[in-house]
Amino acid sequence: MIDTAVDILSWMLLFLGGAFVIIGGLGALRLPNFYTRLHAASLTETMATILIFAGMILQAGLSLAALKLAAIMLFLLLTAPTASYALANAALQSGMRPEARNRDETL
Amino acid sequence: MIILFGLFLLSLLVITALAIVRTENLFVAVMLTSIFSLLMAANFFVLDAADVALTEAAVGAGITTVIFLSALALTAESEKTVQTGKRMALVVVAVLATLIIYATFDKPRLGDPEAPVHQHLAPWYLENTPVYMDFPNVVTAILGSFRGYDTLGEVFVVFAACIGVLFILGVKPPEGRIYDPHASGLRHHLIPQVVGRLLIPFVVLFGLYVQFHGEYGPGGGFQAGALIASGVILYALLEGEAAALRALPQPVLMGLVIGGACLYGAVGLLCMLLGGNFLEYSVLSSNTVSGQQLGILLIEAGVGMAVCGALLSIFHAFAARPRRL
Amino acid sequence: MNLLELLGYFNYWVFAIVLTVGLYTVIAKVNLVKKLIGLSIFQSAVFLMYITMDKVEGGTAPIIQKGVENQVFSNPLPQVLILTAIVVGVSTLALGLAIVVRIFEAYGTIEEDEILDAD
Repeated sequence: MIDTAVDILSWMLLFLGGAFVIIGGLGALRLPNFYTRLHAASLTETMATILIFAGMILQAGLSLAALKLAAIMLFLLLTAPTASYALANAALQSGMRPEARNRDETL
Repeated sequence: MIILFGLFLLSLLVITALAIVRTENLFVAVMLTSIFSLLMAANFFVLDAADVALTEAAVGAGITTVIFLSALALTAESEKTVQTGKRMALVVVAVLATLIIYATFDKPRLGDPEAPVHQHLAPWYLENTPVYMDFPNVVTAILGSFRGYDTLGEVFVVFAACIGVLFILGVKPPEGRIYDPHASGLRHHLIPQVVGRLLIPFVVLFGLYVQFHGEYGPGGGFQAGALIASGVILYALLEGEAAALRALPQPVLMGLVIGGACLYGAVGLLCMLLGGNFLEYSVLSSNTVSGQQLGILLIEAGVGMAVCGALLSIFHAFAARPRRL
Repeated sequence: MNLLELLGYFNYWVFAIVLTVGLYTVIAKVNLVKKLIGLSIFQSAVFLMYITMDKVEGGTAPIIQKGVENQVFSNPLPQVLILTAIVVGVSTLALGLAIVVRIFEAYGTIEEDEILDAD
């Protein structure tokens, strides 16, 4: 009984994580400005990471694999937002101002 | 279900490759190459090649991107499009693609256990690794002992590439270029500093873990060398390249490269001196199995040292080159 | 042949397409760094073909676990060859990029037709 509850919970977490990835991807394509697109892409690296890894840890049960998954999640949560910060900082320093009106040219 | 996932990953590969060809900005092309390497590593993992996936991720997505970016910083940033000769190249390439696709219909289907490639040598290796060497990872056993000569040649190729790059980039640059030895890297940015300082010890520790666990799981000398080099390159990005050169100066890097290559050769010679053939590790200890394990441990250490020193020397050769204003 | 076999050939078709894309980049582009990127794509496609050949259905990665009987493993031999090939590929790439940097310092450009005209 508790097994199926844990299974259903982990499936729900994985689905939610996948939904957040799709939302982040849609935002990265459709939003007008560089900074808003970066903000949407950073959705995948925090919320979706936590949800998907929580789902996988529940699937792995109480074992060494769960500890390894938790370590990888911690590593991803440290590095991916730093990369977003570095990207935004580099854009700000090279002169791109956050305005809501203009549409950036694609590269 | 896994088939759909595999198909999806392969389609992403094709899309990324087409995007790399079509873009004009070289920085974009280099970033897309790094994504391509990561997708390739995921594909290798889906196809059950764990060691190769680890190597491709560490070396392809990590080190290759850094070398490309440092070369781009020394040269131009975008490319010129040219119109002549494109149609003929397209025709040649399309004919070649058709020929290759026609030829692949003769291949055995994916995963067929009766395919000729699985018949002669591979079952022998899979049966005899527990007999001769008694550790789990068959790929390390083949790499270190059954095909030890190939790995010796590979270490010398890495050594030759390092020496070659140092020769080519050791010439004085032309006039008008400056090199700022006090370049501070990212020292004025707080967040990368803090996160980097948290991560560098764990990256180096993970590199050492991969080195010594190469016999029990995916890992080995090449991946470990690339990981430790990545840790030091992260330090160079944070504190400036001169600080990394002070931390691991050039004589130490040269000592690592030469020491690694010579350690491999010395183990082989030691086996000859103890009565066996070149690189026959069984004579290294009284028990043949533990002799093989000791031999593989030593040569993997040699490989790791050589790869780490070579990649770091190449990075410093590119990054310390004076660039134009 | 049924759909499953056709999907099994998909790996090889992707190999053919990525190989020809890399080859086209080497032939038709004039920028030297772009040619090197195309060469690395070409190499990666060849690696994909070798690793595709080594998969056995129902197999796992070739790591022998003690005490478990009747394990089916994928073929370890192409993996060893490709491991060597990846590292050799990175070495030649580093060497090629060093030569490109020197060419840029000598000629001032890395477009091939301008270099050939300047000579």
